[in-house]
Amino acid sequence: MSPLEIIILLPILAALAVWLGAPSRGTSLAISLVNLAIVATLFVQYSGQHVDGKMAYQAAHTVLTTPHIQFAVGADGLSLTMALLTTIVTAAAVWCTVDKERIYYTASLLISAGALGAFLSTDIFFLYAFHELALIPTFLIIALYGHGEKKEAAWKITLYLGVGSLILLAGLAGVVWLCSPKGALTFDLAQLKPFVGKDNAAWWGTYCFFTLLLGFGTLVSLFPFHSWAAPAYASAPTPIAMLHSGVLKKFGLYGLIRIALPLFPGAIHTPWIQQALLLMLLGNILVVGLITIHQRRLDDLLANSSVMHMGYIFLGLASGNALGINGAVLLMFAHGISISLLFLLNGKLRNQVGTLEFDKLGGLATNAPFLSIIFGIAAFASIGLPGLANFAGEVLIFLSTFQGFDVTKGFTMLQITTILSLWGVVISAVYMLRAYRKIFFGAPASGLFVSDPTLSQRVPMFFLSAVLLIVGCQPSLLLNVIQSSITAIGLK
Amino acid sequence: MNPLNIELGLGVLGLLLLLAEPFLSSSRKVLAYVAIAGLLVALLTLITSGGSMSVPATMQEFYIADALALFYKGVAIISTLAVIIISLEYAPVLNKFVAGDNARGKEAGLGEFVSLPLFVCVGMMVMASAKDLITIFVSLELVTVSFYVLVSFMRRSAMSLEAGVKYLILGALSTGLLVYGMAWVYGLTGQMSLDGIQKALVNWKGDNTPLLFGAALVLAGLGFKVAAVPFQIWVPDVYQGAPTPITAFLSVGSKAAGFAVLTRVVETFTAKGSVIGDQVIQLLLILAGATILVGNLSAIAQTNFKRLLGYSSIAHAGYLLLALACVHQHSLAIAPRNIVAFYLATYLPMTFLCFLVLSAAKAQGVGEDLKSLKGLGHKSPLLGLALTIALASLAGLPLTAGFMGKMFVIFAATYESNYLCLALAIIGAATGFYYYFKVILTIYSTPEVETEKIRLSVLSKVMLGVFVAAIIVIGVYPDAIQHVLVAAVK
Repeated sequence: MSPLEIIILLPILAALAVWLGAPSRGTSLAISLVNLAIVATLFVQYSGQHVDGKMAYQAAHTVLTTPHIQFAVGADGLSLTMALLTTIVTAAAVWCTVDKERIYYTASLLISAGALGAFLSTDIFFLYAFHELALIPTFLIIALYGHGEKKEAAWKITLYLGVGSLILLAGLAGVVWLCSPKGALTFDLAQLKPFVGKDNAAWWGTYCFFTLLLGFGTLVSLFPFHSWAAPAYASAPTPIAMLHSGVLKKFGLYGLIRIALPLFPGAIHTPWIQQALLLMLLGNILVVGLITIHQRRLDDLLANSSVMHMGYIFLGLASGNALGINGAVLLMFAHGISISLLFLLNGKLRNQVGTLEFDKLGGLATNAPFLSIIFGIAAFASIGLPGLANFAGEVLIFLSTFQGFDVTKGFTMLQITTILSLWGVVISAVYMLRAYRKIFFGAPASGLFVSDPTLSQRVPMFFLSAVLLIVGCQPSLLLNVIQSSITAIGLK
Repeated sequence: MNPLNIELGLGVLGLLLLLAEPFLSSSRKVLAYVAIAGLLVALLTLITSGGSMSVPATMQEFYIADALALFYKGVAIISTLAVIIISLEYAPVLNKFVAGDNARGKEAGLGEFVSLPLFVCVGMMVMASAKDLITIFVSLELVTVSFYVLVSFMRRSAMSLEAGVKYLILGALSTGLLVYGMAWVYGLTGQMSLDGIQKALVNWKGDNTPLLFGAALVLAGLGFKVAAVPFQIWVPDVYQGAPTPITAFLSVGSKAAGFAVLTRVVETFTAKGSVIGDQVIQLLLILAGATILVGNLSAIAQTNFKRLLGYSSIAHAGYLLLALACVHQHSLAIAPRNIVAFYLATYLPMTFLCFLVLSAAKAQGVGEDLKSLKGLGHKSPLLGLALTIALASLAGLPLTAGFMGKMFVIFAATYESNYLCLALAIIGAATGFYYYFKVILTIYSTPEVETEKIRLSVLSKVMLGVFVAAIIVIGVYPDAIQHVLVAAVK
């Protein structure tokens, strides 16, 4: 049995045990930490041994003969990075959940299992299926225990993601059809061959790629299919917001990198597709960015900023070169950590202060210096300050778009988009710094009392900020394995 | 072994139970247990001697025992088993509306309520094997006439009687259409057996309009049975009024048997070289698209769980019709008939689970409104979990059986390049997310009034476990069903 199968099954079994009456926090926390330990070990082992970036720890069981579907797992640098992100965020999310109904823990574990399964499956069927597994718990928790307009937010996310994944399914049907070896339909990623359409068959590939882009894009809140994300994250209870915005949302990007880009080589450079994508991602960065500036509550602000930052990752993909995709993966990891840390702090403030409106907050730094430092780190990471993880990813992405820049020809569409996107950094700085100032500095608002979290509660915060700092100062820790795997799956 | 033996055995068992009932002094539940035992024996016989079934030469003109037939026979037996188990849960309600407050008539009518499903089962099993217009008609009528009685069984309930009348009138109308269509087909081709009709269709010279007319009438008649739009109008009221176990039976067994016949008829009409093949496919696609759309969209507004399941049953018929119409695609390497069979195999456990919970709830005084199911998930976590899995499967979430069926349909439609129907299927499935998730949400929300925990008998618990396991096993390991479908051929 592959260790990967164990880390996928453990949370599912734990979720079942918790649902049927096992001690909820103890079981969940133990399993999350065990999973984190296993994934970290695998990651270290992999980066030591597999410099070629090929799949490792593989195992496969056939579940359907025609068309060929198997429960197959395997990991390369790309999927291990995502698995590491998943286990880190899960551990932090479960750790910070105290004294809640068991359904919280069940849901967190199921979402974690779904994400791990999606990142580690090497068969399209299970890759898709595991992602959907996380849909029910997300929906239920938001609808039952969310804040504010919870029902509305829950329906929005369910229907958007439901339609998105059905479009994705149609796209995947196309992938299986176009890329299978002759005469035998297969879902196995290792056997699917890049699609090379001759002359008038080429458009099949382009359209299939576009369908995948729309399907996966909806799952990542690509503008204009983003309107589910902000209300859902703002309303979701802390662990769910952390897990969905931090981890699960990255599935769409992962799918694009794992399936769409390598199997339809060159499709991203098709003019109309690239232009459409650039337009959409500018929508994410500029339109949603401006919306974010106008938010008056911390949860709304974080939710919108999470949507906005997806634009940069899409920019990395739109560049279509290995450098940009490396940067995109690094940013996926960094954003996952920073946004979940921010949502964690957001939850703390909501519990302690009872309000998240900027007008009613102020001067919290006096009584809670630890909280203010951690929030600072997370906010600076999110803006993209050097020395923190997000910076490395963003810089790589921006640089990648200028690859092959020709002075005589001037800026291409891609480069113009990048220049416009750089304004997004300014926008992030504006809203994040303003939020930071309004919450932690200035005159203390009357009637507010906030204290630093207890030692136990500091652990996940400390842990997440440490990851941000370490990866920020030493991005090669991740980049080495990511880069070799990106090359190995055929992206240049 | 002659497969008809199983059918004859079950028929005789039904008659014996009917005879035994008046002389029975102990509880009528014994009859149900005998029936369950008989059905289990039949199921075992079918499984063990499935490969060695042979039809005598004299019967081969009208009776076939291929993989498809054996598969649908299995479905018929399992549904009947489930229906009888559910009706044991439902007995108090049945009793109330059959015997009234008359204490002497305690358990009155339970005997018939056991033997009639057995007759239905026999009818469905013959339908699965029928390959001749007369056999199709006779077996279909055996099923339908038994259902007339079963639907209106609760004679003191106005709803049940209303449902019975509606089912009777519309059922008779559909029978009329079917026979009229059959008469046209027979009159034109001079053939009763499907093989003969197929040959005649391939060799047809001249105008094919009259053929098409006959074929359309036959499809309309069968469309009533499987609840395809626009022949679905009877569904909501009949589903709501009929005793819950019978609703489940209509929704699964009757639909499966209907599709067994429909598969054979459509395959005959659309055989390679058939002069009406393309038009019949067009007709099917129109039916499929309309059925998916109407079924799903009407389900949105439902507040009664039983009615909701009625519309959901219509919607699923739409996906099945769409699969049936994808006859040209060969990329998927699964024939339409097998997609339909697979889909029905997945549809069976999830639908029965919902109706089991409904029956138990109703028997314990909980209503059938969505409202009254509030809090079920908290009070009985196991039952809540089972219902959640069933609903997720109905909605088509991956890793459940329902997803596999929908996936095959979506893939078949993609490869057939039926983009309009594909789009409708996607819209329908997305709508499904809404109304099935609405029920899931309801069972986990806080109830307005405190209600009792719903209790289940041991038999029901076993059934619950088996069906939940089936949903997950088929969802994760679909080869299980494929093996059954393929193995029966060898």
